[in-house]
Amino acid sequence: MANESGFGGDFPLRSISDCPGTVSEQAGKASACQGCPNQAICASGIAKAPDPAIQEIKEKMASVKHKILVLSGKGGVGKSTFSAHLAHGIASDETKQVALLDVDICGPSIPKIVGLEGEQVHQSGSGWSPVYVEENLGVMSIGFLLSSPDDAVIWRGPKKNGLIKQFLRDVDWGELDYLIVDTPPGTSDEHLSVVQYLSATHVDGAVIITTPQEVSLQDVRKEINFCRKVKLPIIGVVENMSGFVCPKCQHESQIFPPTTGGAMKMCNDLNIPFLGKVPLDPRIGKSCDEGKSFLTEVPDSPATLTFDFDHAYDNLPQRLSVRLHH
Amino acid sequence: MRSRREAPKMEEAAPEKDNLASVDHILLVLSGKGGVGKSTITSELALALRNAGKKVGILDIDLCGPSIPRMLNTLNSAVHQCDAGWVPVYVDKEKTISVMSIGFLLETQDEAVIWRGPKKTALIKQFISDVAWGELDYLIVDTPPGTSDEHISVVESLRRYKPDGAVLVTTPQAVSIGDVRRELTFCKKTGLPVLGIIENMSGFVCPNCSECTNVFSTGGGEALAQESGVPFLGRVPLDPQLTRSLEEGRDFIQAFPESATFDAISNIAQKVLNDVGKPSALDT
Repeated sequence: MANESGFGGDFPLRSISDCPGTVSEQAGKASACQGCPNQAICASGIAKAPDPAIQEIKEKMASVKHKILVLSGKGGVGKSTFSAHLAHGIASDETKQVALLDVDICGPSIPKIVGLEGEQVHQSGSGWSPVYVEENLGVMSIGFLLSSPDDAVIWRGPKKNGLIKQFLRDVDWGELDYLIVDTPPGTSDEHLSVVQYLSATHVDGAVIITTPQEVSLQDVRKEINFCRKVKLPIIGVVENMSGFVCPKCQHESQIFPPTTGGAMKMCNDLNIPFLGKVPLDPRIGKSCDEGKSFLTEVPDSPATLTFDFDHAYDNLPQRLSVRLHH
Repeated sequence: MRSRREAPKMEEAAPEKDNLASVDHILLVLSGKGGVGKSTITSELALALRNAGKKVGILDIDLCGPSIPRMLNTLNSAVHQCDAGWVPVYVDKEKTISVMSIGFLLETQDEAVIWRGPKKTALIKQFISDVAWGELDYLIVDTPPGTSDEHISVVESLRRYKPDGAVLVTTPQAVSIGDVRRELTFCKKTGLPVLGIIENMSGFVCPNCSECTNVFSTGGGEALAQESGVPFLGRVPLDPQLTRSLEEGRDFIQAFPESATFDAISNIAQKVLNDVGKPSALDT
């Protein structure tokens, strides 16, 4: 069994994280490389040569002012909901051009959340055209390339990376004020690829989403370490699903209890900005299911206020843009 | 009872050691969506099966976000090597629940595992071949969200052991159901039997006024099960108290039978016990 796919040796216990990285002088030669299936490739130096796509993507991205990645180590914490509503929130200012790119290849949720399920991407002379929610809000997702909502994308890493490259290089984004990139959970192919393909451009940074409980924070700390390792600036952390207000008696419960102090404490400990809390409101889930923006559907929700560009002083887009402009 | 000990030898070259030879049943816990409670359901199922007198192993193949060690209060345990391979971590003194996770191999809990597919595949293969589980009634495999490297690799590596099937976990809202539909297609394409669908986080009872709110809507899992012709295994409520005891690693083996979740999970575990007991269930 152990010799399939050229994998010969064993991972030595307690040293699996010592991978020197593909561009290091030590690539393929360090002691941690013993037994790694990529050892031969790394040692050959092929992996060190930059992908020509990085330069092409740099040219493409020259017309994009701000690039924001939405990350979380944990799944189901609301990355896509946040990304979509951040996009809606910014796009409520008609003078801003916003694009939302979904690089969750195996579980694309964005088409449903923005009400574009079943739409298809069109090819034009200048590349793939995004699908538009509003005139100033374009969206791209693998969901627009599937023939049915049951289609499973059973792809290993290299194929996913290929599509992400195409999304960044071949989509006709046009002039943009903001490109918001929604990602899948984890610290693997998709994340490494996005960061690598955007490495020649300026990325403003990552917004990290978490829920209050430790099981989620523990994965988010890993994501923060990922950002530090790949030198991706962290714009800040948003705590989602923070407290649930009973619609009948208004009593607030912690459905996902912050047993270790929640995101705010984590941010203090790790010295990164805390951007705010978005409360758990069942109406958010409902408007996502219906593909509507809860910012306009439920304007009175406490969650809406955290996104309201015009009316709330301390809202998330405001805090974000303040951080982006200095 | 179908026993893995009698499983016919496949035509592939026989491996030197076969650490899954004494494992009777293999279940996978899958979901296209993240954060729906795969690890929680895995832990709860293991506890329920333990309560039914079974010996259970948990293999956590979520390499970038392992949650099982925290949930079963084994965070600071280390894996040791013996002649038969890697010794799993035991949750209780009686050694009725054993666990293997990448969480035990990291220097610190905050360390990020920044790996592309091939490296993840290699470790999963090693988890399948090198963990000395000993005799187990059930091996439950907890997976990350999606339908990619980890899933393809684990299904390929387990194929010759003929896993009993997959339990799919979803939350009730449409966004989650969409991802689970894709996971069903994955099972079909890879020939993995589907034991059924569990709807998690189905309703929250306000501790103040006892009003039950469907925080993430309700009924979606059951509707999907009907529509796709797979069994609906049951609904598990949101239970902040159990979340808390799993989070704090309290004595959950005691806390669990007293929790609101216990009945729901025990029923589901009973269905699983009945189902995988009958070989005929595997053909449908």
